[in-house]
Formats: sequence, structure tokens, C-alpha cells
Amino acid sequence: MIGLEIHAQITALNSKLFCSCRGNYRELGPNTNICEICCGLPGSLPVINQKAIEYSAMTSLALGCKVPDKIMFYRKNYFYPDLPKNFQITQYNVYGYSSIGVDGIYELDDAKQIRISRIQLEEDPGRIAYSEGSMNVRNSVLLDYNRAGVALIEIVTEPDFTSPKEVRQFLNKLSLTLEYIGVCDTLLEGSVRCDVNVSMEGGNKVEIKNINSFREVEKAINYEITRQSSLYSRNLKIELETRHWDDRKKITFKSRSKEEEHDYRYFPEPDIPIIVLGNDFVSNLKKRMPELPNQRFECFVSKYKLSEHTSNILINDKKLADFFEATLKVHFSPTEIANFLITDFKSLIEDDSESTDYLKNLKVKPEHIAELVKLIEGNKISRITAKDILVKIFESGMLPSEVMNNTNSYKIADEKTLMDAVQSVFDKEKSAVEDAKTNSEAINFLLGKVMKFTNGRADPKIAMRIINNKLHNPDK
Amino acid sequence: MSNLHDLLAYEVVGGINGGLFSAEEYVNSILKRIEDVESKLHSFITLDSEGALSAAKKIDRKIKEKEDTGELAGITVGIKDNISTKNIRTTCASKILEDYVPSYDATVIKHLKKNGAIILGKLNLDEFGMGSTTEYSRYQPTHNPWNLDYVPGGSSGGSGAAVAARECTVSLGSDTGGSIRCPASFCSVVGLKPTYGRVSRYGLISYANSLEQIGPICRSVRDLVMMVNIISGKDEMDNTSIPSSPITLNNKLGKLNVAIIKELITGSDHEVSRTIYSASEKFKEIGCTCDEISIKNLHYALPSYYTLASAEASSNLARYDNIRYGFDLPVEEYKWDTYFSKVRENFGEEVKRRILIGSYVLSSGYYSKYYLKARRLRSLLRLELLTLFKKYDLLIGPTMPIPPFKFGEKIDDPIKMYLVDINTVIANLAGIPAISLPVGFSNGLPIGLQIMAAPFEEQKLIDASYDLENSINIQRKTNAI
Repeated sequence: MIGLEIHAQITALNSKLFCSCRGNYRELGPNTNICEICCGLPGSLPVINQKAIEYSAMTSLALGCKVPDKIMFYRKNYFYPDLPKNFQITQYNVYGYSSIGVDGIYELDDAKQIRISRIQLEEDPGRIAYSEGSMNVRNSVLLDYNRAGVALIEIVTEPDFTSPKEVRQFLNKLSLTLEYIGVCDTLLEGSVRCDVNVSMEGGNKVEIKNINSFREVEKAINYEITRQSSLYSRNLKIELETRHWDDRKKITFKSRSKEEEHDYRYFPEPDIPIIVLGNDFVSNLKKRMPELPNQRFECFVSKYKLSEHTSNILINDKKLADFFEATLKVHFSPTEIANFLITDFKSLIEDDSESTDYLKNLKVKPEHIAELVKLIEGNKISRITAKDILVKIFESGMLPSEVMNNTNSYKIADEKTLMDAVQSVFDKEKSAVEDAKTNSEAINFLLGKVMKFTNGRADPKIAMRIINNKLHNPDK
Repeated sequence: MSNLHDLLAYEVVGGINGGLFSAEEYVNSILKRIEDVESKLHSFITLDSEGALSAAKKIDRKIKEKEDTGELAGITVGIKDNISTKNIRTTCASKILEDYVPSYDATVIKHLKKNGAIILGKLNLDEFGMGSTTEYSRYQPTHNPWNLDYVPGGSSGGSGAAVAARECTVSLGSDTGGSIRCPASFCSVVGLKPTYGRVSRYGLISYANSLEQIGPICRSVRDLVMMVNIISGKDEMDNTSIPSSPITLNNKLGKLNVAIIKELITGSDHEVSRTIYSASEKFKEIGCTCDEISIKNLHYALPSYYTLASAEASSNLARYDNIRYGFDLPVEEYKWDTYFSKVRENFGEEVKRRILIGSYVLSSGYYSKYYLKARRLRSLLRLELLTLFKKYDLLIGPTMPIPPFKFGEKIDDPIKMYLVDINTVIANLAGIPAISLPVGFSNGLPIGLQIMAAPFEEQKLIDASYDLENSINIQRKTNAI
């Protein structure tokens, strides 16, 4: 049995959870994104970020959780140098109050259901930087509080996973959902973290902490299953313990401290009164909820009449799907545009599609694609030339019609020009011409030659008609 | 004219704006007074003479140029040293914050400065506000201006003594379980603990967040009203603050229903109860009804208070790890955890005791037995009081069950010390406003009357206090110093 505890930063926020310092702390000099609140200076008080409540509530709804009409915050007390107040403001489900989301059910693609026990809103600690290579590594660490107080959503599942593959499916789908709500950019370094509980038959529960990207989770679980099975097969005890994931060595190792014995002395945060969300909160939020991946899939299949396969490719790449819909607004031809985007277009950008905003800096805009598709449909260019034109647009950002005119790549439909082209081919390929009079395969060969002769620009239908005419009425 | 330092706040503002004297002259007279008496009193932990003088000059310049100087122009305010003041060291009377200089002003300090008040310095208290005598200050105790052998009350002892001794015009204290009212009573000055939420706590260094409020200590009700109105208001930086309407100074007290809390009288020293009874007669003279009533849940108040206050304190004080600010302690030869332990040895005994109690009552297995039970008892008490306020406008009794006592008398027995808070913790647990008004003396030692009202009914407290102040006409000036 496998259970997950996921921490996702609300990267969409401009400010931290309890103060007005920047939510995006990345690429800033150490301790430059701090104030009296996130540093826990004496006398400072937390001021709750209303947007964070909305984002965490949206996440809860997207994961099928109930959002209560009242929420409250708790203090989780523990001492650690990266925790400025030596307590973390978080949520806790006890004594009649709950966190922002509870009792959710999230379905995987094969309809398997994963129960979400709770979703809570809390603050991120600061960061400890170990000065590598330093002479006294052991008694000197550096502390950076830029991250301290950044809003986190913690998602806790029941131990409903039975294989690492299910976990991967879940995390992929979760990432996509977070992206669709716009709450978390999971590709940003450190924006998602995962703790995993793995327990096998006959053994105790083992918790693995510190997995700093979704991609590592499956590896950590695989390692842990192998480790535990090997203990089991040798009749060794699987200890109840907390282990850490070393993403360089790709192993889990036992923690030195006895973290499982922590008593966090939770109690209600006195500086944040109970927050009454009210009856309309959820219904208003639902109205403003962005479209979720499943809903978009439905729409693509039913409204745009795309195939399930095409729809899936598009919705799994939100930015491409957005691009697709933006193109539709200029020229409504869903099937042609979708096919063009997921084949020729995607093959050109595939290389750096890992970068977070890969479509933003492209010179190709939806208007370009719309015009290109119009040219294909209007029989102005062939599909083959369309791809060549696209390459040119990628480089220059010019309009497709401009490229077409500049490179003379419009389709040749002019009878006279095509007749000259056919004549040239006939002159060279005398034996093939003889063949073709009886063999249709050879006709296609001749057409291929004509296409090649015109650099793919010949209108194949007209060229074919001319070839046929010429074969059967040689005198005309 | 009498000594400038004897003037009340409204007289100072009038005098400076009317050109009778300059703000600089006034501040100099206050500084001279401090120089004369401070060595006997020890009210201050940090005095900012330079800052005060330069603020005074600024006011004088504004007056010359006919600019707006603000409602509190030129008055000197002593600030309890647990309220954050930008660029002025703020120690909480603790060694653990010996070198801490805040980078920001508490909201109340911003309000004061904006209205022309001069921040004079930081006043003594029991470490982090935990105590009733200032004997737990990690610097030195403050002495009672009415008799130097006696304690001034606490924890805002410096705030009470400095105002009574005319070392500052008015002061700010904080009240978690009586810390404004106790020294107000012991030093014969007026002190108000506002309704929870009336005054922003932003910048008040937390001892027990759900109980405490900042409030003024003054030598007259009129001064007190000026101060309360300036520091009150909803603050975006404090989620627990609530908007309120300003208080006015009315000459005519309506016919109010007043009730004396029986348990507080019977539990008091004889001289104290006699003085309170005679003050209650004044209420009758001016046409109020005056019943004697019982509070059923009163015996829960003290245990509930100490459980909750300690629990919150144990968490609030966790941040003092000397990593980002604090005091001088080199890190060499320590590991993180041993350094941490070493740092925290620097808390005083009483603070350590409350951290231990607080951690205990929050730990798993004891949470519902102590912490949760204490919260329930708090709700019961609050509910009972709110019910009483449906029938009565004011509840009265002695602020302190006994007159001021000598140094060392209770310091060896924490329980004995906690017991003197019995009358005051009620208002903190219920979140209601309460005032301590000087009403008499016993062998030359002050006795205060406590008046409590329903949440945000400060106006009634002020109306009654203003009337009593005028009819009792208590001696204001101490001759002991």
C-alpha cells in the first residue's frame, strides 16, 4: 500500500501567505525577500492572503474534496533553524473544524479511485544551504528566508495506491490539474515536494521524505519496494521508520533523528480568527473555476469533433490546447488545425517543450497557423509546402502568405505551366511513359516525378489529369 | 505655573499649541524630572532623550510654520518595553532580547507619532509580561512612587510608576491578565484594558495573543480618552482587530445599573473592600442602582487563565533561538541543538516555568485534559458575563485584592503571586473592557476600583470613571519622591 503527501507551492500568488513579500522568491539574492512577518520578528502578526484561500479551495474542488463553510489555522510547534517562528502555521483536522478540503475522491484514467483525506493550506519554511566544500561543513550552514512564508497546499491521500505506476498516473494527472487551475507551475524548481508512505504485507509503514520532484517519486517507491521485499524474503523485520531519498545516489536512507516521535503540540492559531467562508463561497468559486482537463476533453470530442486520441494529446499539453483554441477563434477548422498542430507544429517545438513557457516566445502566433490552414484549404499550397513555410515562419515570424509569395511556393494550378512540366518529365522518362499506358503504378511514378520537378508545388489533381490526357491522347 | 512635568496631557497639548511653552521646554522639564527621580524608581529600561528632543524641536518648528501638529502634540509617552519601536531597543525586560533593535514600529506607535506624541523611551516590566510586580524584570525592579519599599504592580510596573511619578505625560502598557490595571491600581493612576480587538496588537510582542491588549495609563480620565481614541481602530495588520467608534467625555452620567461582584469583595483585604464599598456608595448618590451579585464560574478563571496563557506563551516564545536577533553569544563550540539549549537557558525562572507548563498542557494526551478544558471554562465564564451584562451596565469590584506589598513578599511562591491576579483575569478571558480607577488609600498605599463593561462599551466605563473621578477627587501627587 502506498500513500502520498504532496506539497505544492501556490506559485500563482504575487505575495506570500501571511505578508506582502514576493511569492516568487527564485533568483533573488539570499535574504532579500523578507520582512518582519515572514522572519517572525517579535510582535509581528500573520495577515492571511485571501487569494491563497481561493486557490486552495479551487484545488480542493478539483480533487473532489468538500470545502467547509468555516476554516481555521493551527500552529505546529517544532524547532528547526529554517523555521523563523519555530512553529509552522498550518491546518489540522480535529475537534469539529477542518482544513480547506476534506474527503475527496480523484479518479485515475482507468477509473481507479484514490481517496484524498485532506488538503490544507500552510506556510513554507526557509531554506538551509549547506556550504559544500567548506572546511567546517559540519558546524556552518547558511540560512535563506526568502522562501519562508510562501503559500503551500498540502494534499494527503489515503494509502490507496498499489503500484508505482498508479502513483505516476496520479501525479501526472495532478500536475495537469494544478496547471489548469493555474495554481502551481510544477516545473519550477522546488515547487512540488512529495512524501511517500510504503507498507508491504507483513511489514511496518515506512515514510520516505524529501522527494523533490514528481519524476523521482516513482524511482523512490521502486527502490523502497525492492528494499522491503528483500528484507521480507530474508525474514528480516521491516522497521517502522522515516527514510530520506537521496536523488543523487537514487537510494533511500534512514533518518538520524527520530522524527516519528515528534509531538507537534498543535493548537489553534490565536492570531487568525476562524474564517467564515460563507454559503456562497463554494458556489461562487465553482462559477469562476477554470476548465479542468476532463471537461476540456469532453469539449474537444463533442464540440470540435476531434478524435479521442487527438483530444488527449492536446489536453495533456495545456499550452498547446490553449494555442489550438486561440487559432480556432481566428479560423474555425478544428480537425485540420488540430492535426496540423499535433504533427508538423509539435515536431518543430518538441525539443524544448520542457521549458515552462515554451509557446510564449514563439514567433509563430495562432494567426499564422490559421492563415496557413486557410491556404491549404483554399488549395493555394500543398500540405508538403505548408510544412516548409512553417519552418520559415518559425525563423522569421513572417505571415504565411508573405512566405508563400517570397518563395514562390504557392501551388501551381496553371495548366500551361503544368503542361510544360509534364512534357519535360515525359521527355526524360520515355520507358516509364510507355509502361504507364497500361500500368497505373507507373502513372503514379510519373506524377511523383512531376511533383519533384515542381518542388512539390504542382496541384496533384490537375497534374494527374494532364498526364492521363497526354498518355491517352498523345496528339493533343 | 507649576512644574511643567506635573501637567496633564491635555494641558500640555494646550500649552504648547497656545504658545505658553515650547515642546522642547516641556521635554527638557520631563528629562530633568527623570534625572531627579529615576535612580530611586527604575521605571525605564531605555531612555531616548535625543530622539525625544529632536521630535520636540520638530513640533516647535511646525507650530512656528503653522502646520498641523496633531492631537497629542508634544506629550511624552513612555512605552512598555514589549511594544516594538523602530530603532529603539526593545527587550521585553528579558536578557534574551538584550540587543534586539526592531526594524519596525508597532501600529500604536505609528498612531502616536502621527498625532504628534513624543516617544520618550521604554518602560520596565516583568520579563515578557509574566508577573505582577516587575520583580521578574531581568534588569532591575521598579519601585512604587508612593512608597519605595513597595512593588509598583505589574507587569506594566514601569508604565504605572513613570506616569505616577510624572516621568512621562502618559504611558502605554499591555494587559494579558491585569498587567495594565494592577500597576494602575498600585500606583494610583488610571489604566484601561480595552475590549479585545479595539486596539491593534501589531508590534506588541506576544505573550498570550488571545488575551492581551495594549492600553493607556494616565493621570486623568480625560487624558485616557485622548489616548484611547488615538490608538484604537481596525488595523489591516492585525486580523483580530475590529473597528470601533470613538469615546467622548460626557459630563452627565446616566442612570446605570451597577453590580458589585460579591466574590471579589469577600476575597479582598478588609481595607480594600471598605474603600470599594464607599466608592460604590458614590454610584448610588448619582442615581445608579447598585446590586451585589455572584459570578458562578469565577473559581475557574485563574486556572483557565494560567493554562491558556502558558500554552500560548510556550509557542510564542519558541522563536527566541538567537539566530536572527537576540543577544551576544558566540556560536563556536556548539552544535545547533546545544546552542539552542544554551540560548534558552537565558530566560528567567518565571518565563521558563510558564514555557514548561504551556508545553505540558499542549502535549498529546494532555491537550484535552488541560488546554481544551481551559478553553471550555473560558467560554462558560464569558457566556455568564455576557448574560450579566444584559441586566447590568457595569460590574465593579477591587482591581487588586490587596494593597501594594513589599518586595520579596510573594516572589518565593508562584501560586501566591498568581492569586493576586484573580480579579483582573476575568476581563481578559471574556475579552471585555475594564478600567482601574484610583479611589482611595490604605496606610498611604493606593487602592483601585475596577469597572468592567460589555464588549465595546468603553463609553460606559469612561462615563462612570469621569464622574467618580470628579466626585472622589483623589490626591494625585505623591510626596514619596
